[in-house]
Amino acid sequence: MEEIYTVIPDDFERAGAASTSLKDLLKKLGLSPELIRRIAIGTYEGEMNCLIHGGGGRIRAEIGPQDIRVSIEDHGPGIPDVQKAMQEGWSTASAKIRAMGFGAGMGLPNMKKVSDEMQIDTQVGKGTRVTLVFHLPG
Amino acid sequence: MVTLKKVAEVLEAQVVSGQEGLGRTVKQACGSDMMSDVLAYAKEDFVLLTGLLNIQVVRTADVSDAAALIFVRDKHPEQEVLLAAKDKGIPVLYTRYTMFEACGRLYELGLRGCSAKDRK
Repeated sequence: MEEIYTVIPDDFERAGAASTSLKDLLKKLGLSPELIRRIAIGTYEGEMNCLIHGGGGRIRAEIGPQDIRVSIEDHGPGIPDVQKAMQEGWSTASAKIRAMGFGAGMGLPNMKKVSDEMQIDTQVGKGTRVTLVFHLPG
Repeated sequence: MVTLKKVAEVLEAQVVSGQEGLGRTVKQACGSDMMSDVLAYAKEDFVLLTGLLNIQVVRTADVSDAAALIFVRDKHPEQEVLLAAKDKGIPVLYTRYTMFEACGRLYELGLRGCSAKDRK
């Protein structure tokens, strides 16, 4: 099963709607609340990054028998220094974004924390794809 | 464990929506205008206190499973934000207390913070 969501550039009002839709879908599938919460938080962090830094993009959620994979892809500027981006508190977000409650530099580290596996594929000037894998129990 | 009803009483709060959910119990509270921090620190069974009024407050509360959304210092969000919270079944409370006072009252009531030292 696969779900695709579009992240519209600069649409702060709708930002996060993809993650909450995915959460509603996962609830219907009867997954544990703890797992749903981790997936929803990871996806939402990715969705906000995609909107804030990536200029919008696409979220793909693949629900398989053994795991759930969420990939968040944009065609934005890419991440020049992934190691720095993974440091808690390091952020390039603007004052405007911070005033909206985001850009604390917690996004990528938190995505790593809530997921079982995380992969970042990024190229400066081309874009970024972050893939989160969540293992299903059993 | 403290019921949301008790939380509302201590904060002398107006329950804007979700009255029926006030029997739910909580253990922790997270007070912040920075949703990034809420997402990183908050645990389940917590209430979110904030002075931020945008729609992302509801989205953050939803994905992190907040038991209730409490707007401090008598700030009121737009109708659209309230409707989104209602749609997600998240009780909304207004309190006249400032963030500091509201958090202090809840701490006195027995709620604890989402401490960084407890993070995975």
